Amino acid sequence: MLQSPQPLVRLEKAGISRSGRWLVRDIDLEVRSGEIVTLIGPNGSGKSTTARMALGVIAPSEGRATRRDGLRVGYVPQKVAIDWTLPLTVDRFLTLTNPLSRAEKDEALAATGISHLAAAEVRNLSGGEFQRALLARAIARRPDLLVLDEPVQGVDFSGEIALYELVSAIRDRLHCGILMISHDLHVVMAATDRVLCLNGHVCCHGTPQVVAESEEYRSLFGSRGAAQLAVYQHHHDHTHLPDGRVRHADGTVTAHCFPGDGHHHHHYHDDDDHHDHHGDAPEAGEGKADAE
Amino acid sequence: MLNDFFIRALVAGAGVALVTGPLGCFIVWRRMAYFGDTLSHAALLGVALAFLLEVDVTLAVFAVSVVIALLLLALQRRASLSADSLLGLLSHSALALGLVALAFMTWVRIDLMGLLFGDILAVSKTDIAVVYAGGGLVLAVLAFIWKPLFAATVNPELAAAEGMRPARANLIFMLLLAVVVAIAMKIVGVLLITALLIIPAATARRFAAGPEHMAVFAAVAGVLAVVAGLFASLEWDTPSGPSIVVAALAFFIVSLLHLGDRRKAGGPS
Repeated sequence: MLQSPQPLVRLEKAGISRSGRWLVRDIDLEVRSGEIVTLIGPNGSGKSTTARMALGVIAPSEGRATRRDGLRVGYVPQKVAIDWTLPLTVDRFLTLTNPLSRAEKDEALAATGISHLAAAEVRNLSGGEFQRALLARAIARRPDLLVLDEPVQGVDFSGEIALYELVSAIRDRLHCGILMISHDLHVVMAATDRVLCLNGHVCCHGTPQVVAESEEYRSLFGSRGAAQLAVYQHHHDHTHLPDGRVRHADGTVTAHCFPGDGHHHHHYHDDDDHHDHHGDAPEAGEGKADAE
Repeated sequence: MLNDFFIRALVAGAGVALVTGPLGCFIVWRRMAYFGDTLSHAALLGVALAFLLEVDVTLAVFAVSVVIALLLLALQRRASLSADSLLGLLSHSALALGLVALAFMTWVRIDLMGLLFGDILAVSKTDIAVVYAGGGLVLAVLAFIWKPLFAATVNPELAAAEGMRPARANLIFMLLLAVVVAIAMKIVGVLLITALLIIPAATARRFAAGPEHMAVFAAVAGVLAVVAGLFASLEWDTPSGPSIVVAALAFFIVSLLHLGDRRKAGGPS
């Protein structure tokens, strides 16, 4: 108990009530260094509320929220609106809560792929560029804990995957804990260590695999959601190109992506039964289109 | 040619503008114009109280502004009425209460026009001392809370999550506004303090490359407006407050023209 590393943030039976209604209740959550924890759940299920409680922005109405002493947080909120009257370049935005050297700024901009936008006004950025600027700002201060509230909103599908890959690269480089909220039910990144499925309370939790297979998850999102969650396991060994073809980890490009094409790691086929039943990645693509 | 009182007015006015410029940027960024109005209208109530209790006017105005600001913070948390309705209610009630209270005090000889629109003749050496001491304090504190206040302006939750303590910065900002209302009242009058907060900041927006930039430009634009307005006021015998505001407006319009020129030149944005 004592030897185990202290969690960066911990919620114990924590809940928030507003005007006599429980927004979330009975949340148990821990994030440790080097770990990616993802919160998923339908709209209004309390994902953001849980994250804000973990951050200490709002105090729990019951239970406890504790953060490690001197914890340095990097936060990417769900909604950031920059007023027209505010002259703010990306460069200045990076130092919003933290002084940074030129080299630190450049590193964060390069890591998020927006080096060319350093002098651009924040309010002129596109949705995807703005998300990257938010992420650059959050990582530039070298946080112990990175909290990302729907980091891929306004980003197209292939950009989404690139951003998720960026997030896991950040985890590897900074060795920080990451608490991520995903509104995208079908795309939960393969690098996630643990998933908490919320619907006012913790429905189920565990590795992405375990959650996808759990009864609670299926009843909340339907079997199709579960299929897509599982299918996404493939994304670590192939990438969907914008033209619909697929590039595999070995560098080859094929028109489709299916389990028997010889490009996939075998252990998924061996120990992941329902994967085969629920089909291939192209179906996941269609499922995404249907859902939207 | 320049009379002694006029120099005093210039010095005092410039001192006020140096403070209202940077503070006004936050008013503009946070869309708090009506809040500034409410505080400055309540200043009249402060004046009435000062006469009634026989205390210093600047102090009484500051005290009333602080009470109104705290009242607003408390009422907004309850959020039973929308914020702008609440501000309108407080703003005009305070103004009306002040006017009624002053009318009751028949024993007080008071220049109501001077209170409402400012009076350069009324600026004394003591007033200048108050403006520069108060203004210097406000700027020093503003510089001190700049980072958390600015972070809270961009996004309060982000500021809170990253340890910027935005609630504390907001509270201090309210107190600074109360000080500014108290020291600016004599120069521009209670009805027009907000104009001196907003118009120079809006003018500066056109030229500013960054927030700190904008604060400095706003201070400069404010000083220019004060100088131009006071000269106009002397020349045409107009009340000082409105003259300064008209000058500020003129600079704002010129800044719009400047933008038009740049667009015509087809420079990359």
